[in-house]
Amino acid sequence: MVELASGEAMAYWLPVIWIGLLGAAVALYVVLDGFDLGIGILFPFSPQEEDRDVMMNSVAPFWDGNETWLILGGGGLFVAFPLAYGIIMSGFYLPVIIMLLALVFRGVAFEYRWVAKPNHAFWDIAFAGGSITAALMQGIILGGLLHGLPVENGHFAGGMLDWLQPFPLFVGLATVAGYALLGTTWLVMRTEGEVAAEARQQARSLLLVVLAAMAVVSLWTPLSEARIWDRWFTLPNFFYLAPIPLLTGLAAFTVWRGLENGHDRSPFFGTVALFLLGFAGLAISTLPYLVPPTITIWDSAAHPSSQLFMLIGTAALLPMILGYTAFVYWTFRGKVKPGEGYH
Amino acid sequence: MDLDAVLLARIQFAFTVSFHIIFPSFTIGLAAFIATLLVRWRLTGEDRFYRLAKFWTKIFAVSFAMGVVSGIVLSYQFGTNWAGFSKVTGNVLGPLIGYEVLTAFFLEASFLGIMLFGWNRVSPNLHVLSAVLVAVGTSLSAFWILAANSWMHTPAGHEIRDGIAYPVDWLAIIFNPSFPYRFSHMFTAAYLTTSIVVLAVGARYLVQKRFEEEARTMIRMGLGMVAILAPLQLVIGDLHGLNTKEYQPAKLAAMEGHWNSNEPADFIIFALPNKEQNGNDYEVKIPIPGLASFVITHDFEGTFQGLNDFKPEDRPPVAPVFFAFRVMVGLGLLMILMGFAGAWLWFRGTLFQSMGYLKIVQHTWPMGFVAILAGWWVTETGRQPWLATGILKTYDAVSPAITFNAVLTTLILFVIVYSAVFSMGVYYINRLIDKGPAGAAKDPPHGQPTRPLSAAEDAAREAMGAH
Repeated sequence: MVELASGEAMAYWLPVIWIGLLGAAVALYVVLDGFDLGIGILFPFSPQEEDRDVMMNSVAPFWDGNETWLILGGGGLFVAFPLAYGIIMSGFYLPVIIMLLALVFRGVAFEYRWVAKPNHAFWDIAFAGGSITAALMQGIILGGLLHGLPVENGHFAGGMLDWLQPFPLFVGLATVAGYALLGTTWLVMRTEGEVAAEARQQARSLLLVVLAAMAVVSLWTPLSEARIWDRWFTLPNFFYLAPIPLLTGLAAFTVWRGLENGHDRSPFFGTVALFLLGFAGLAISTLPYLVPPTITIWDSAAHPSSQLFMLIGTAALLPMILGYTAFVYWTFRGKVKPGEGYH
Repeated sequence: MDLDAVLLARIQFAFTVSFHIIFPSFTIGLAAFIATLLVRWRLTGEDRFYRLAKFWTKIFAVSFAMGVVSGIVLSYQFGTNWAGFSKVTGNVLGPLIGYEVLTAFFLEASFLGIMLFGWNRVSPNLHVLSAVLVAVGTSLSAFWILAANSWMHTPAGHEIRDGIAYPVDWLAIIFNPSFPYRFSHMFTAAYLTTSIVVLAVGARYLVQKRFEEEARTMIRMGLGMVAILAPLQLVIGDLHGLNTKEYQPAKLAAMEGHWNSNEPADFIIFALPNKEQNGNDYEVKIPIPGLASFVITHDFEGTFQGLNDFKPEDRPPVAPVFFAFRVMVGLGLLMILMGFAGAWLWFRGTLFQSMGYLKIVQHTWPMGFVAILAGWWVTETGRQPWLATGILKTYDAVSPAITFNAVLTTLILFVIVYSAVFSMGVYYINRLIDKGPAGAAKDPPHGQPTRPLSAAEDAAREAMGAH
């Protein structure tokens, strides 16, 4: 106990706890905002105004809360790992800012589109374009981060366009497809009639695209980075980590079977599992680096007293947040009917 | 990073943060206004409160969306453009912003969903509670962000090791010397801004002879707040000034255009500060010698530090601080006048017939916003050259890797996107206001006279004390 309470142990364990919390926040963000960004990505494929109304209404009560996880992700990085925050934000300067501007467009479209009616064509484009661009940029940032950033003296030391390479762009496109899959399975669960039927069709093709993309990333990263190869393909790691690809296969099967057999919920939750497993895989490839290949979670951690002060509050507040988030989702449970909404 | 890129990064931050502050300063007050309307609706059962709440909720949704999306940008800009800032102050400011997200943002965002979409989904009392929680969330958000901002002005509760700030005493960090004043000043400003908007919209309807029942309720509630808060704000502002004198004397000197520490300061209404001459050109003063000294030191012979006490590189830019301060105070005085005039008419019982007053008041809605922006320019420009007083200079806080072209590109993008989104937002809000509260009992088609019977009903309600 004495040793656990010592400063050294705190300096070791606090960053570990924080990376876990931050990872959970980012994973929640990806899943939650993923399905509402996905709705925007699907907009171009549903030209009917009534369908679009239903699609948008199915996520309208939630998008604001969902996007707050992004602030927690950015804010949490700033709080717990300020050095990494500074490096990542300057390293992905343009993708981050383009993502933010895209989120501006799609965010205001939730309100403007209704007020603008019947002249809302522009806000349909803004909603779709903003959602697609934001998803693309998030994927590019993820891909670029997996690839690694050059760092000197605690600052990013590369160029402004370093992220413009095949791998980050590929991950970007894969993220767009992944969010679209979340969006379609969400619609299968939350809507009825034509919108749901069409989403079920689209989900099948998207599932295949996403699985192919996951396979490509799973091969590309170990083949290009030796440390990732060592993490996965050496003994005994190989056996410890084998459940991840196996469970991924199981999740994919659940989604497919749900889509084929007319189930409403299993495709969405299967897709969520697919995302979480993919996320876990990436975390296993990267940790303990926060900014590969040089900065670990301990290198970039905030002072233990800052991490502790924040941890106390997080431990108290996060259950409350999860509680009322669940309450909001429960309040708006069930199928969305056409014409529902406050506008 | 070269000097021009630093300047561009500063312009970019000034632009994005100025744009952002417009919306929270409106939604903080508006959330409380809507919550009040809903509580009054539950207590009295009167429909007009419900209709008004529903109407303002739509406007709230549009403003809140603009506030959220422009706010997310800020939480990332600390890192994109100002990596030095996150490195040096991250240990102290990170948790404050973290607490803002955890206590405020989730609360607002989650219950906003119920507030907007829950009209038929949850019980009326739960709906009212959601509105109250959104209002609480917006206030908590102001609390944390102003704690962080105040710490940058008057740091406390920390120690510096190797140029990096480490926390020592969290209570001292949060309740740093300027925090109580800045928080009360901004919070009051937010409520005042919203009250003026509500009052102006009410006046607009009454002038147009539309939604008259709702209009009178809005005018009473808005005017009541303005009449109380505008004078109160003057007192809070004065106290805030005394705090600035103690902790940021160079800023106060720039606000007053005061150069010479050894002489009592006169109250300058207008001047052109001249930094080459270390003095002012074209001064116009209130002809009471030492009035500014009296305001600041409560003694006509009192002295306080002038700009000449500070090396030129340690002074803030004088002219912007000096003029923005005058804009803020001038608008504040006009608000007091508007509040007192309205209260007098109200007291005499002629408020709703005083078309002259209402016709002016309907155009005053931007006053609060302009005053808030001016106030922020005073305090933020007045802090220069420091980003965190005594700890970090603005010049040293920029991300070293960011290039001139990258900042320029993103600045142009921000200006284009924000201008488009902002002007559309104002246009849509105006459209919502033009449409007015739905389901209003007496909503005559435009241009038609109100039926005599409805006017009588109105009068009867007034007489029975339903207000």
